Amino acid sequence: MATAEATIQTPALAAPKTGIWSWITTVDHKRIGIMYGVTALFFFFVGGLEALLIRIQLAKPENAFVSADVFNQLFTMHGTTMIFLVGMPIAVAFFNYLVPLQIGARDVAFPRLNALSYWIYLFGALFLNASFLLGAAPNVGWFGYAPLTMNEFSPGLNVDFWSIGIQILGVASIMGGVNFITTIINLRAPGMTFMRMPLFTWTTFVTSFLIITALPVLGISLFFITFDRFYGTQFFNPAAGGQSVLWQHLFWIFGHPEVYILILPAFGIVSDVIPAHTRKPLFGYAMMVYSSVLIGFIGWGVWAHHMFGTGMGPIADAFFSISTLIIAIPTGVKVFNWLATMWGGAIRFTTPMLFCIGMVAFFTFGGISGVHHGVPPASLQQTDTYYVVAHFHYVLFGGLIMGIFAGLYHWWPKLTGRFLSERLGKLNFWLFVIGMNMTFFPMHVVGLLGMPRRVFTYPAELNLGHINMIITIGGFLTALGALVFAINVIRTFRKGERTTDPNPWGAHTLEWATTTPPQVYNFANLPVVRSREPMWDHPEEMLAQTTGEPKAPIHLPPPSYWPIFTAVGVILAMALMMTGKWWPPLIGAAWVGIGIINWAYEPID
Amino acid sequence: MAELGTGGNDTIAAKEQAGSGNRLYWLVALVLTILTLAEVAAVHIPALNPVIVPILVVLSAVKFVLVVMFYMHLKGDHRVYTAVFVAPLTLAVGAVIIMMLIIFKVLAYV
Amino acid sequence: MNHTAVAQGPNQHHTSTGLPMFKLGFWVFIGSETLLFGTLISTYMIYRGESVTGPFPKDIFSIPLTTFSAFVLLMSSLTMVLALAAVKRGDRKLGMRWLLTTAALGSVFLGFQAYEFTHFAAEGLTMGSNLFGSTFYLMTGFHGAHVSIGVFWLLALWLEGLRGGLGQDSAVRVEVCGLYWHFVDIVWIAIFTFVYLFEV
Repeated sequence: MATAEATIQTPALAAPKTGIWSWITTVDHKRIGIMYGVTALFFFFVGGLEALLIRIQLAKPENAFVSADVFNQLFTMHGTTMIFLVGMPIAVAFFNYLVPLQIGARDVAFPRLNALSYWIYLFGALFLNASFLLGAAPNVGWFGYAPLTMNEFSPGLNVDFWSIGIQILGVASIMGGVNFITTIINLRAPGMTFMRMPLFTWTTFVTSFLIITALPVLGISLFFITFDRFYGTQFFNPAAGGQSVLWQHLFWIFGHPEVYILILPAFGIVSDVIPAHTRKPLFGYAMMVYSSVLIGFIGWGVWAHHMFGTGMGPIADAFFSISTLIIAIPTGVKVFNWLATMWGGAIRFTTPMLFCIGMVAFFTFGGISGVHHGVPPASLQQTDTYYVVAHFHYVLFGGLIMGIFAGLYHWWPKLTGRFLSERLGKLNFWLFVIGMNMTFFPMHVVGLLGMPRRVFTYPAELNLGHINMIITIGGFLTALGALVFAINVIRTFRKGERTTDPNPWGAHTLEWATTTPPQVYNFANLPVVRSREPMWDHPEEMLAQTTGEPKAPIHLPPPSYWPIFTAVGVILAMALMMTGKWWPPLIGAAWVGIGIINWAYEPID
Repeated sequence: MAELGTGGNDTIAAKEQAGSGNRLYWLVALVLTILTLAEVAAVHIPALNPVIVPILVVLSAVKFVLVVMFYMHLKGDHRVYTAVFVAPLTLAVGAVIIMMLIIFKVLAYV
Repeated sequence: MNHTAVAQGPNQHHTSTGLPMFKLGFWVFIGSETLLFGTLISTYMIYRGESVTGPFPKDIFSIPLTTFSAFVLLMSSLTMVLALAAVKRGDRKLGMRWLLTTAALGSVFLGFQAYEFTHFAAEGLTMGSNLFGSTFYLMTGFHGAHVSIGVFWLLALWLEGLRGGLGQDSAVRVEVCGLYWHFVDIVWIAIFTFVYLFEV
């Protein structure tokens, strides 16, 4: 009976569990994950709105709904938002919430660093979008090719917001990558060997390595742009000998691993969700692990397939064409393994399962057009047309977004103790399926018929007006699906079906060996893991260890305001570059220094 | 700083090796100095010009490896440290080499 | 029941490898930094010889000066590892002395950098002059900023010693500072060779 009081000790600072201060100072991975998720979903709607405005403009030829300049801002921000403010952060939301639970840990390796990553993301996202208030949102495409990004061709603040904003976000990502790699290596529960980890944790691991290797390249490249614009360097000035093709190399050395950063988490999610809803272990677990690692590695060797039009020569073209086609192999292995998992399983067509099936189908479809792009002569016809737009939206909406939604519907009951409505969920799913295909399938056609991307209108003589109208309608249907999801969320908090069952879906992995929702300390006692599917093989044994009374006092890292304090400094250091003088950013740097010193010497016992 | 641990096996090993460890560090410092002087000398010998690039690459690589293995203690440490350092380094070197081969048109035409 | 027992954080309480969290995380970070400096150095090498106007490296590099400053930085790695060895043995005073020496050598290196930058500027090489100026100053500037942060870190540890800290339980933190310092040194090994010596 003494143990009942000896359970949790958080020292010194009174830690109120409610109220905004408790969220501002939280270092709990579950809360940070929720903050990431809410913020990312908010920006999903922002990016979606940008997409709808684009589609209204393109619904008919020679339209004047928006000007060319506004259109450029819209497609740039749509891409930038969806990639940096939605795709990556929503994956981090899942990493945050799930990885410690899946490996049997109480938190991540560096809880305060985790919080810092979130606040930098939030402030960076706000900084980037503040550009709209000045009518100067980034307008050079999410990839900002030089020399368009030079002062000479882009004299306004647009490119400054872009280069500085993405720089800020990159810093947050790298910190997260370091955190998750360390967490996965060092905080696995006893018996949780690498080859017993859930696939989602594995893909988190590979993605984190991609993040820490690719983002620094982008960061330095963005400094080249920023210094060219503010401090007079000549990196991309053709008159001084600067080469714009260098920008392309550096950007795509980041940019290609980036798309694997985007999709691997979704691969991980469906690899964990499908077995749960088919009551069958993941087919070919080892191959799924190796293929994830291989995709990560080969993904670093394909970047110049974005540059087939730059005249690298046939040998370079062939090298990158071959590597691009080769990466389809481990990817295909995954697709077959997901199908084999379903084959012969007791499939329950729940909403998560439907989203998984959609993901597998539409990602494969998008992967095929990707293979088309990998053949240089074909690529030369397809580049800069809507064929490319079709490809990446199939893999990103059909693959990433569907995978994310599978995860949302699957883990929602664990997070909140409530089910999302199956009826609304299925409506959400079908609206996405119909809308998405109506939007992006015709883009293959208009692309091959010559409609260029990133141009604010097209002539009537192309006779593409009707198809574009269909595409636009598809876009609105997709948006309706997103609205249905929002309604589902709101409704579920008002009168959703509740549950306190630790494992309402009957799933197999360790995050289900917790109360619903999980306690702040995750596990009453860290479990001793004996298999790859602990909640199928020994559920009672797991729950007996992980729920109920803790056998020893649990110490949790105390809340701290130094992460948000330091995040302010990071933003200041970066944003003050906009003054064009060299010394204001040092104020931000000093702020960061003060934050770090206090952080380092803060008592956490 | 409770979250940082005490250094585990690193500390115990170091205590035992204190004397011999220090001698090793001074020796490595001497070798690093000699290698640096060798590099500087090599670039001033015109006869070596045709092979100066490989010579410099090798000499600097040896310096790099000595510092990493002995000062950063990768040799003798848990191999996970080596893994998390070498994996990104491999990608860095590989990508840089390929990028330079393309830009300098070495990897271009048959 | 004693409620004050066991101040073990999740990280100290159990780790899968038995390795200190801070050291492991820092090696991951160092892996990431190889990409950062790799980008800077490769951009320098790609643009080498491409500057349209001068000054050019051959005009202004001083190999004797740079060789000496490179030597200073190499020796600072020696003093760093000696500092760590002292702290591990529990010899706080010796540890403090070697840490201060490392910080001093690092500052000497920075002094040489500052001199070099002002000398180059007087010769007409600013970061805006040409590709050489842009790539050179950004690359060595990033490196110098890293060294500066390292010097601050060393002084912070020295201050801890002054206040009675820097016992054996701080060995991991001193070691991590050392990892950072040595990494900054090996970046300079690469820069000294591929940037300076290549121009002779």
